[in-house]
Amino acid sequence: MIQTDILIIGAGPTGLFTVFEAGLLKLRCHLIDALPQPGGQCSELYPKKPIYDIPGLPEILAGDLTKNLLEQGKQFEPGFTLGERADTIEKQEDGSFIVTTNKGTKHQAPIVAIAGGLGSFEPRKPLIENINIYEDKGVSYFIKDPEIYRNKRVVISGGGDSALDWSIFLSDIASEVTLIHRRNEFRGALDSVERVQELKLLGKINLITPAEVKGIHGNGHVEALTVIKGEENIHLETDYFIPLFGLSPKLGPIGNWGFEIEKNAIKVDTLDYQTNIPGIFAIGDVNTYEGKLKLILCGFHEATLMCQSAYKILNPNKKLVLKYTTVSGINGFDGSRKEAPKAVVKAIV
Amino acid sequence: MIDVNIIIKDRDGVIHEVVAPTDMAMNLMEVCKLHELPIEGTCGGMAMCASCQCYVLSDHSLPEMQDEEEAMLSEAFYVKERSRLGCQIPITKELHNLEIELAPES
Repeated sequence: MIQTDILIIGAGPTGLFTVFEAGLLKLRCHLIDALPQPGGQCSELYPKKPIYDIPGLPEILAGDLTKNLLEQGKQFEPGFTLGERADTIEKQEDGSFIVTTNKGTKHQAPIVAIAGGLGSFEPRKPLIENINIYEDKGVSYFIKDPEIYRNKRVVISGGGDSALDWSIFLSDIASEVTLIHRRNEFRGALDSVERVQELKLLGKINLITPAEVKGIHGNGHVEALTVIKGEENIHLETDYFIPLFGLSPKLGPIGNWGFEIEKNAIKVDTLDYQTNIPGIFAIGDVNTYEGKLKLILCGFHEATLMCQSAYKILNPNKKLVLKYTTVSGINGFDGSRKEAPKAVVKAIV
Repeated sequence: MIDVNIIIKDRDGVIHEVVAPTDMAMNLMEVCKLHELPIEGTCGGMAMCASCQCYVLSDHSLPEMQDEEEAMLSEAFYVKERSRLGCQIPITKELHNLEIELAPES
């Protein structure tokens, strides 16, 4: 069982900054995120988009903000459970909580901070009638282990970067790769589009556009697809079908943890962003209160106040004094120390 | 300041007549959110999620679709001929009495 002081659900900017603020108070953090990488929306949706309203940073790419936040918190050695969704929470007799993920990983902490943004990112599933029965039986929405496609026939559908990138990658592994998209145009990095074009000419990727997968056939496992291309009905034999239509956030299981929910967000007390369950806080885009603004900078503020309150819960008999990093520096859990260089005092004679 | 009326049919078929200002650099997705209509606007208005997809019911002429919007709609579900992303439609006086319907959630 993973044990920590503050268990943070959601590794977006607010969750990552919590690590830093908690670290200043000598509290350790562990983060759970459904995505395979930290950064939340910033890395999943718009890593290359500039953000202009982070105080002190006139312009920063969302991906770089994530990198900087990881760097800022690294001396506090946060733990990560990535690619797993926090599914259940149980309160223990000692007042702590055990949070279990969809893969069964258990985490225990006296304080839980929900920094889940708009929820956990789930794949957007195409509207094909019987797709559910083929999930994990030839249909997958993520590629976890490319090796399973070795010498197999694979059909990918979608028009964005992941559809392009995986088609390129699998063209060296699978015996046959077919990419299907509703339009002739693809929305991806220019290099990837050009590479797919080359591989198509080399006969390594079979491109079917503008077309759509409308049916799945097979006895217990995907064996063939029905593809509609204009008036044409194509029967395409394949071993795997990978629809890559991006991800959309769903509040998901957290919605059933007993919080007061308003407008799809968790209601909190603005004193310290605690939820109606003592010991569980909600910070960043996932919470709501009168005057709430869903801004990264507001999430940072909420994380900071929340850590102060968490400290008081964990150390009821200790008085907390706000420390300025300019004065006290930073003492990492890894033994590192950052501090301002001492001023030089020297007489002029 | 000029306000315009927008008529929005929600996913339960309920009609909402809302007033939208033309001088606040708002878009249709933001107007829906302002009036607490069930539209997510997950990506914040970057034409990257299609959670603000709507169908244009009236025959207003709308700003032409840019590549980003067209590409996103080509990957979205429940797309119809008159589908648009609300976040890509700025509120202007030409939109007075525009009628739209929210596309199903996906």
